[in-house]
Amino acid sequence: MNRPPVRKYIKPKHISDYPVGPSFSAGYLTSDNSGWRTLRPVIDNDSCTGCLKCYLCCPEGVIYPKEGKIDIDYDFCKGCGICSKICRNKVIKMEKEKK
Amino acid sequence: MKAIRKFISGDDAVAEAVRLASPDFIAAYPITPQTVVVERLSEMVEDGSLVSEFMHVESEHSALSACMGASAMGVRTFTATSSQGLLYMAECLPYASGGRFPIVMMNGNRSVALPWSIYGDHRDSLSQLDSGWIQIYVEDAQESLDMTIQAFAIAENAEVLTPVMINLDGFLLTHTYELVEIPEKDIVGSWLAPVDNPYAMNFDNPRNMGFSSQPSDNTEFKYQQHKAVEDSRKIILETEKSFEQIFGRSYGGLAAGFMCDDAEFIIITLGSVTGTCRTVVRELRKEGIKAGLIKIRFMRPFPTDEIIGLTTNAKAIAVLDRDISFGYEGTVFTNVNSALARTHNDILKMNYIAGLGGRDIPKESIREIFKELEEGLTTRPDKAVKFLNLNVETDEKYSDSEDNSTQHHREGVLLWS
Repeated sequence: MNRPPVRKYIKPKHISDYPVGPSFSAGYLTSDNSGWRTLRPVIDNDSCTGCLKCYLCCPEGVIYPKEGKIDIDYDFCKGCGICSKICRNKVIKMEKEKK
Repeated sequence: MKAIRKFISGDDAVAEAVRLASPDFIAAYPITPQTVVVERLSEMVEDGSLVSEFMHVESEHSALSACMGASAMGVRTFTATSSQGLLYMAECLPYASGGRFPIVMMNGNRSVALPWSIYGDHRDSLSQLDSGWIQIYVEDAQESLDMTIQAFAIAENAEVLTPVMINLDGFLLTHTYELVEIPEKDIVGSWLAPVDNPYAMNFDNPRNMGFSSQPSDNTEFKYQQHKAVEDSRKIILETEKSFEQIFGRSYGGLAAGFMCDDAEFIIITLGSVTGTCRTVVRELRKEGIKAGLIKIRFMRPFPTDEIIGLTTNAKAIAVLDRDISFGYEGTVFTNVNSALARTHNDILKMNYIAGLGGRDIPKESIREIFKELEEGLTTRPDKAVKFLNLNVETDEKYSDSEDNSTQHHREGVLLWS
């Protein structure tokens, strides 16, 4: 998976630094919509067989193999829990978000 | 080729102006009373006198959407509509202004349904006053041509980057033939700088267009838009001045006063009825009445300072609205009142709802308004919305001679409500 990393958005200090009209370079996340997540999926990579069923079923496309492991992009994961439900080895646990 | 004079309609004058400004892209859907504009432009593109991409679309919503796409790429764009068409594209209006796309649009002012009507009033464009567009209203065909050319210069100015709507009264302007001076294309070409939008999309610096904003940023975008329209006043005046230097015509900025210096009674107008009012003011002056006229040329940005300045000596003003915001008053009146509330709370302010759905506004009625202004100084009605020339009996009383009027007048409900 070749996902570009999210760039850090810094709110402009002066109005003249705002984009004129809503067009801007891509890759910025101005607000975490993952913020509505109450449970986060956590993968036990030692027990994971790498079947990639979670990768296929994730409705947000935020689960993917990375360096021999399965990784989750928590910037975009909304905590639906589908990955945890469909994992045949039960190695994805839903843990309470700590605020 | 030198400037030539042609006997043409307001619609023709707009089309000629567009030919001279030579937009790279046009998308428009024909609708009465704007149809002639679209017909002329398509003919010009066909015969080669206008080199432009003319896109045929299936609706006004698509016409403005297509213009936004083209404008985002940094080219000059034009569209035209009227009434139901304007309302059909209403969703796209704040989209275009929020996107800061400097599109120029002609609107043929026409009544909105129901009842269905193809005739003129200002209820279409005034309903879109909050859409973020600069709004121009013109009085005759020559001003239509001149302001359409200037509209491109205003909209595309890098400090403005806001779409401009130029409004012509349906039929009274769009279909009335007048002698119009058409400048040389080369001279317009050298006066009107090519579009140079620093924020145009390009392949070297790809960007994401039309992103969403969170509560943390939305207000800042709206402030930025408000500031751009506020600051456009300066650009509007500069544009008029430089246009006058080359073409010899100017119209008096955001609001033009006529005999206002010592005027005690002033009528405030929008669009083509201004000519009739000017004639009446001239007549009244000959009779020794200190009458004056303010022609509002821009509804956004609103000419607050101009109106305050022009009414310095006024005892009473009347706003002639070809519009009614049901349950309140005419929208032009609301705006004028808000401006005058800053300094001129003591003057009498009346609102006449007139010319709806194409009804004529005759000279006699305008004389009557001035007479009522004078009488109003002693009767001092506290509410001031009146439908001019209502051709039917109602239970409302409009004059002292009518039954029970004294009491109604004191309550300020029926006499002027």
